[in-house]
Amino acid sequence: MPETRQLSYGEAIYEATLQEMERDPSVFVYGLGVDDPKGHYGTTKDFHERFGPDRCFDTPLSEDTMTGLGVGAALMGMRPIHVHQRMDFLLLCMNQLINMAAKYHYVSAGQWSVPMVVRASIGRSWGQGPQHSQALQSMFAHVPGLKVVAPTTPYDAKGCFIEAIRDNNPVIFIEHRLLYANKGHVPEESYTVPFGKARVLKEGDDVTLVATTHMVVEALRAREQLKTIGIDAEVIDLVSLSPIDTETVSKSVNKTDALVVVDNGWENCGISAEVIAKVAELNPTNFPKFARMGFAPVTCPTTKVLENEFYPNSTSIAQKVNRLLNEDQGNSWNPVPMKATEIEAFKGPF
Amino acid sequence: MLTIRLVEEKVAVIYHTDAVKSPVHLSIGQEAPSVAVCAALEKNDMVIGTYRGHALYLAREGDLDAMVAELYGKSEGCGRGKAGSMHLGDKSIGMPHTSAIVATGMPNAIGVAFAQKFKKENAITACFIGDGAVDEGAVSESMNFAGLKKLPLLIIVENNQFAIHSPISTRMPRPNFVERAAAFNVAGASVMDNDLDSMLSTSQAAIDHVRSGQGPFLLEIATYRWKEHVGPGDDWALGYRTKEDASPWFENDPLKLCGERIAADRRLALESKVKEQITRAFDRAEKGTFPDPAEMWDNVYA
Ligand SMILES: Cc1ncc(C[n+]2csc(CCOP(=O)(O)OP(=O)(O)O)c2C)c(N)n1
Repeated sequence: MPETRQLSYGEAIYEATLQEMERDPSVFVYGLGVDDPKGHYGTTKDFHERFGPDRCFDTPLSEDTMTGLGVGAALMGMRPIHVHQRMDFLLLCMNQLINMAAKYHYVSAGQWSVPMVVRASIGRSWGQGPQHSQALQSMFAHVPGLKVVAPTTPYDAKGCFIEAIRDNNPVIFIEHRLLYANKGHVPEESYTVPFGKARVLKEGDDVTLVATTHMVVEALRAREQLKTIGIDAEVIDLVSLSPIDTETVSKSVNKTDALVVVDNGWENCGISAEVIAKVAELNPTNFPKFARMGFAPVTCPTTKVLENEFYPNSTSIAQKVNRLLNEDQGNSWNPVPMKATEIEAFKGPF
Repeated sequence: MLTIRLVEEKVAVIYHTDAVKSPVHLSIGQEAPSVAVCAALEKNDMVIGTYRGHALYLAREGDLDAMVAELYGKSEGCGRGKAGSMHLGDKSIGMPHTSAIVATGMPNAIGVAFAQKFKKENAITACFIGDGAVDEGAVSESMNFAGLKKLPLLIIVENNQFAIHSPISTRMPRPNFVERAAAFNVAGASVMDNDLDSMLSTSQAAIDHVRSGQGPFLLEIATYRWKEHVGPGDDWALGYRTKEDASPWFENDPLKLCGERIAADRRLALESKVKEQITRAFDRAEKGTFPDPAEMWDNVYA
């Protein structure tokens, strides 16, 4: 397969779903608006026509109950994919996800399982504000029985999505809206990307820069900025948030002796803390320099000037790395800002 | 029905020994709804119950030894001790392990019924809830979806008038379950007379309705919990209900009235056989093995 086959992140999810629906008649897609003309950024666009309304259907606005619907269908051996327009809406599904989906297998000593995928889009961009932009991965990663993945590249989006569908557990599949248009190489044939594996996207010797979802894009840009002052960062996309691939991170840290974790979420009790703790547990005596970054510990404001303050960006990441490695330089380094076209391009309306 | 009553009475008797080490929600006095509905169900149908689930599990012919062992936290139990009284279930009887979060089984029931319809199984789902669960949004939302998709779902509301100690009058401005169901195109009927024959015939009619593809059905069955909400004792002293309120329910006890219809010698023979099974089940549970501590790690993920 030539590396030239390019798909967007959204197209990769569409293709993964299509191939799995063709392969396995027990797979179905449901959620608010999945069969509407926009088809959730095109990721579900024509499934209702291809597979009929039993396998791709809109639902009443009943998030918790519709989650329970998927759980029940999964108990019967079906493979539901529940699509949410915003991750924020999953807060209405916590009861079914945590009290039910995560419990059936354990409490029945393995008699039942819940092979279900929940797609959650982080809605950041263009003034989405406090309730349409949240990234709540830590809440789910906290719970045994759930798996949580957040791929960044189109290649991983397709492979992880097929893996999620075939997995016999409830999987929270986190997408970031600003990634949908990103293009990358995606093989046409079906393939899976196993969970619990982080991906080293760029090698480097001076610092290990671990990031999640859209922050991976920022970290890659920060790497370019750091290059200009001779810092060679290794960028790792965590991809799988539960389970976490401590081994890959740890191996990199052993080489670089410095770790910066940038989560696409808040720091408190978050994925960044978890990664650092896990690496520390593996290397209790020889712990590297470390730092973490995430959203500011405030509610996400709507107006652009404040929103810009809220999120880490490539410059703030690069500066953080520089401060960690070169304590003497303080805050004096101001790299040339990089264009974040995926952030600037988005103009709504939703 | 007799087995359920006697098992639960035995649980109440041994509870003080702390062999169970977990809450029990007894169905003593309200066994009949589970028994009547399950009598009219087929083997390939599915049932969804609640933490008050001993009656349903046994009415569905769940293994008695496995249930008592589960209460004792033993590895011979139907959840190898991980479930306990509040989460009984068994795949072999089409009963997913139950939930102790009120009304959470209901959305799963519509999912199970959705799958039955999708797979064109000639099977239905019977979901048991209490009157308290009807307060929850999940029940309204589930009825909405079941009515919308004409799912093969039977909802049984075991109306024992209380959610713990709260009477319906403090919880609902218009406590008419059948009427609520109608708002969602869910058919309905109520059996208010605590009569086993009425429950049987109405259950059969409701199940025929659902199985013939006419859509979901809500069956309200008035019943009465004799014991405290959770635990083995009486709770008349609490004052939220009185023994006088309860007396018609004692007099019309479906088990007692049913027993009176059987010749005395046959009844005694039946009773001694059931008692023997129960004694054996408790003996086996006593002698059963606790799970190896390492089993804690099993089945976190499938
Ligand atoms: C969501 C939730 N809220 C509250 C409780 C506490 N609780 C346990 S049982 C119960 C009463 C439920 O009443 P009902 O549905 O009528 O069933 P019953 O116990 O009478 O069988 C309550 C409030 C709970 N377990 N779950």
